[in-house]
Amino acid sequence: MSAASHLPGGGASAASDDAPRKRGLGGYLLLSPGGLWLVVFFVVPTVTLVATSLYDPSGSLQLGYAMTWHWQNYTDAVVDYGPQLLRSLQYAVIATIACVLMGYPLAYAIAFKGGRFKNLMLVAVIAPFFTSFLVRTLSWQYILGDNEAVVSLLRWLHVLGPEGHLLATPFAVITGLTYNFLPFLVLPLYASLEKVDRRLLEAASDLYASPFTAFRKVTLPLSMPGLVAGTLLTFIPAAGDYINSELLGNPTTRMVGNEIQDLFAAGDYPTASSLSVILMAAIVLLVAIYVRRAGTEELV
Amino acid sequence: MSAAAPAGAAPTEGTSAGTDLVLRGLRKSYGSFTAVHDLDLVVPSGSFFALLGPSGCGKTTTLRMVAGLEEPTSGQIMLGGSDVSRLKPYKRPVNTVFQSYALFPHLSIAENVAFGLKRRGKKKVDAEVAAMLELVELSDLAKRRPAQLSGGQQQRVALARALINRPQVLLLDEPLGALDLKLRRQMQLELKHIQTEVGLTFVHVTHDQEEAMTMADTVAVMNKGRIEQMGAPEDLYENPATTFVANFLGQSNLVAGSVVEGGGETVALDVQGTRLTAPRARLATDAPQVWVGVRPEKITLTRAGSPAPSAAAGNLLAGGVVTDISFVGVSTQYVVRMPWGQELSVFLQNTGAHERLVVGDAVDLHWSPDHTFCLDASQDARAGVEEDES
Repeated sequence: MSAASHLPGGGASAASDDAPRKRGLGGYLLLSPGGLWLVVFFVVPTVTLVATSLYDPSGSLQLGYAMTWHWQNYTDAVVDYGPQLLRSLQYAVIATIACVLMGYPLAYAIAFKGGRFKNLMLVAVIAPFFTSFLVRTLSWQYILGDNEAVVSLLRWLHVLGPEGHLLATPFAVITGLTYNFLPFLVLPLYASLEKVDRRLLEAASDLYASPFTAFRKVTLPLSMPGLVAGTLLTFIPAAGDYINSELLGNPTTRMVGNEIQDLFAAGDYPTASSLSVILMAAIVLLVAIYVRRAGTEELV
Repeated sequence: MSAAAPAGAAPTEGTSAGTDLVLRGLRKSYGSFTAVHDLDLVVPSGSFFALLGPSGCGKTTTLRMVAGLEEPTSGQIMLGGSDVSRLKPYKRPVNTVFQSYALFPHLSIAENVAFGLKRRGKKKVDAEVAAMLELVELSDLAKRRPAQLSGGQQQRVALARALINRPQVLLLDEPLGALDLKLRRQMQLELKHIQTEVGLTFVHVTHDQEEAMTMADTVAVMNKGRIEQMGAPEDLYENPATTFVANFLGQSNLVAGSVVEGGGETVALDVQGTRLTAPRARLATDAPQVWVGVRPEKITLTRAGSPAPSAAAGNLLAGGVVTDISFVGVSTQYVVRMPWGQELSVFLQNTGAHERLVVGDAVDLHWSPDHTFCLDASQDARAGVEEDES
């Protein structure tokens, strides 16, 4: 590396001093593409977003915005869109729980009982990704439609009243979120479960643990890293999602994503930005509490 | 054992026969392959029992069947007078020290050791765990995770985790296999010491014949799913019943011969035209064709034609030529080519009593008839010879 040529004198001891320093430089060099990427696509946009959230809201795209440190954008956003914000977090939590309830048994079955069909089953989990997100969500409009089989059956079973429907309800939105983000939970969880050493389960069984206890005391704790990663990959995008609410919901199921989208479309950049910052902060806070409680930092 | 006779005679009395581990016709097949052939075995309560054999001989499968981790194809496992063959592993009063240790990586050492007690509903385990960690000398590491321990320390945690439950039988599946030689020798002594101290039945599976002989009261040598021979280590070594045992336990020189006169206490043998004798008691067969065996360390070498030293007098094979010499500290190992082309090994103690020999020297082999044994010649003379080790 060129660093060597800058060394003064270049005495006999230089060679031995040089080796570790070169290695250190090499490490930074390898990090730099990632670092650059992070600066360009994360740091700069975040700073811009936060700055925009403090602009004077009376400006517009055409006239330009003035930086007035307008903190009131935040209080306005909370007052006007508080319910949507809470609803988003609520829907995301419910969808994540639904994903865990369906995804854990699925990932467990693939990892432990899949045998030679393991890969095939994983492909089946990912297969829906081959069609577009929009198309998949739109097809739920059809599945949950008033005149379709599901609603008819539920009405016939008196689960739904004669006028009851599924589409354009919170249930439909949460169903859509659950469906769309399930694979993001299953894949990291599968990876964690797959790694669990089967000999540990034999040891647990040898030490008087029934299969259920062995699961609770060994498999579950060892799958926590995958479970935490999976729930984060489900919860975070679900909280910011607006497609599912847009296509499967109604005006009372609007999520914060819908509002941000509308505000941007209407040119109200400062309010949209402050709402985005609030959403981001809320997610970071919740995730920090969650990860700490799950105690995964102790796990390898 | 005095026949465990009257079936079900109050096993709670705690007679030693009542707590023996008994295997009856135990068999395990995987499709057309039979890993364990109708094994019959009694492990007396409180003994240190070793199942010795090369890898793939069925010893680990046998152990796993006792633990309940494999289901027998047929046969019975009796423990303390009751049949446990169909019990789930977590319902058997048996614990295992696994070859891989299988310590729970997410639990501390103390939590690992307490695992079995807690599963059986015990609430206050701290004192017992502390005492057990004391026994295996790991008290300082109670709060560590398994990954922070060395191999030898992990091995002791695995032992403590099993021992603390006071199982009727402790199963050890090559527990020392992952340790280096020096640590292994040290742990062998420690294990034997602990077994004497706690007085539990240990069933130890190993492929290391030295390990089996050092630790066990009784050794069963297994080969291809069957027990070749069982007995005290000295008995097995001095009186091997098969060529496999003769070769797998230590080394043996096996030379083709025939019984020419077998009337009295000793039998006369013909080996390549030379007449040898052996005690009748050490004949493991009635067939006239035999493998005549002698352990390398029982033989003394003299220069061709010299008289035999008194201790080794009796049997003499003449006309050998030294072809290889290796010095291994306590002894010197010679390879001697006989006139009929076979190479025999001879170990001489480096006591200074022997004349130094060099490659090419003509020598005679002497040994006492008492050290001669005879095995059925229909067996493969090289069965059980370890290819990779001396």
